[in-house]
Amino acid sequence: MVKKIMTGNLAAAWGAKISRAEVIAAYPITPQTIIVEKLAKFISDGELNAEYLRVESEHSAMAACIATSQTGARTFTATSSQGLALMHEMLHWASGARTPIVMANVNRALAPPWNIWADHTDMMSQRDTGWIQFYAESNQEVLDTIINCYKLCEDRAIQLPAMVGLDAFYLSHTSEIVDIPDQDIADKFLPPYKAFYPLDVEHPLSVGSLAMPHQWYSEFRYKIYKSMEKVIPKLNKIEKEFNKEFGRNYTGSLDLYQVEDAEIILVAVGTVAGTVKDTVDYLRSKGLKVGVIRLRLFRPFPSEELIKALKNASFVGVLDRSFSFGNEGQIFSELKASLYQTNRDPLIKDFIVGIGGRDITTDTVKKIYENCQKCLKNKKIDQEIEWTNIKV
Amino acid sequence: MIEIRFHGRGGQGAVVASNMLADAAFREGKHVQAFPFFGVERRGAPVSSFTRINDTPIKIRSQVYTPDYVIVLDSTLIDITDVTSGLKKNGIIIINTDKKPSDFNLSFKVATIDATSIALDNKLGSKMAPIVNTSILGAFAKVSGIVSLESIILAIKESDISKKEDNIKAAEMAYQKTVM
Repeated sequence: MVKKIMTGNLAAAWGAKISRAEVIAAYPITPQTIIVEKLAKFISDGELNAEYLRVESEHSAMAACIATSQTGARTFTATSSQGLALMHEMLHWASGARTPIVMANVNRALAPPWNIWADHTDMMSQRDTGWIQFYAESNQEVLDTIINCYKLCEDRAIQLPAMVGLDAFYLSHTSEIVDIPDQDIADKFLPPYKAFYPLDVEHPLSVGSLAMPHQWYSEFRYKIYKSMEKVIPKLNKIEKEFNKEFGRNYTGSLDLYQVEDAEIILVAVGTVAGTVKDTVDYLRSKGLKVGVIRLRLFRPFPSEELIKALKNASFVGVLDRSFSFGNEGQIFSELKASLYQTNRDPLIKDFIVGIGGRDITTDTVKKIYENCQKCLKNKKIDQEIEWTNIKV
Repeated sequence: MIEIRFHGRGGQGAVVASNMLADAAFREGKHVQAFPFFGVERRGAPVSSFTRINDTPIKIRSQVYTPDYVIVLDSTLIDITDVTSGLKKNGIIIINTDKKPSDFNLSFKVATIDATSIALDNKLGSKMAPIVNTSILGAFAKVSGIVSLESIILAIKESDISKKEDNIKAAEMAYQKTVM
């Protein structure tokens, strides 16, 4: 165990290194480039025994990842924003082919206008590609989640790819203390990957062939659906073991902060949750019953866990750092849908904040809280969707 | 929590300085966070970066708006940027300049250090683009007492910058020569 100051990008590279990734196929893009540069350096310095594939685009990067993963190699890549969007076709292929690829994605806004700062639209847009999606709050979580993802994704019951989101600049370029797990303990926790049906010239098999409507296509898709259902219980089990081995406190799909007796609960994803927690500390010091739920996982969506965590709340304020045009913020939509089947009906409002990296300060969060408080007092929300701090 | 904001120009090392300061404080057992705000990423463009130092883990992730210290790596930025914006009432501004603190008409405590000359004396950067970050950290250690010069030197030694001995000498010289 070595503690060091490092950025989120370096933490992602360390996560892949400690996981002993065997192939890295990647294309550079701001603000992610440092991840794959560091991995290239690890390889050239002989610190990581892996094949580095330089490709001509992100689409090719993902295609190469799928192929190498199918040969049975532990595969890693990293991208961001436009790069992730360009991968889109291949993302479906990766999950359809049941390849346990792990990818770091630096969450960045999509153009136009050009913007390299934090925003969740890039990953939210890949919601339906069959990838497991994590969003991290700290650099430590970036590193640890990558290790846990391999254990999760390579499990026979899962066999799906995962992406780990880290907010542009708020993590990618922020230096903080990171505890690097010991390699030998990590090796015991995460043994080498053994594919169940590897591509092997000695034992030929065919993958990705045509499936007629009356054949197995529906069943392949049904199986992904069933595997996704197993992700949360499996993750809980893996993290329990990880916590014990490495002295951490991960709590599966949700990170709950002061929610037990909270009247008003704010729901957030990614780094903004840290600023919300800081604000909750302040509000609690004034005797106000407020808490925060951070979604660590967006796919599969932790509906049951959320319903349970919200059981005593009278008001839910959702902070979405992305928007589905023509509808609502994605977390807001999905959370509302989750609550529909319960007989609980807390007031719920969507706050669109931090789009394109606009800084979310404690003042922003206080303003949001005060609005929630006002709505709760009136027993009525003023507007269902509010774009906070918009200058129009 | 102590919050520090650096103002520099691309290439002067403001981002590296904020990281190195965090590393120095980490070596004294503190919790730290350091991050840049990039505008346009090019040499000469105004850049700001931030360091937070605390006794307990740091949760907040927003930029620094009410710093305890402001460090200006290039005094020409004072004319074009509101460098003291949000600086706490008893906060201190440290400026890289050959002038005296009393030459600045600012309503804050001012410390000055000719980090450019020190950098050039130690062959750090070129005359057009001196790298002043390690000198300015020596000045910060002197003015603030928040981190020791020894920790700054250790952070320089352990970093991946080149010319470590020259940088250490620059930090030591700046520590001696800072005026407040």
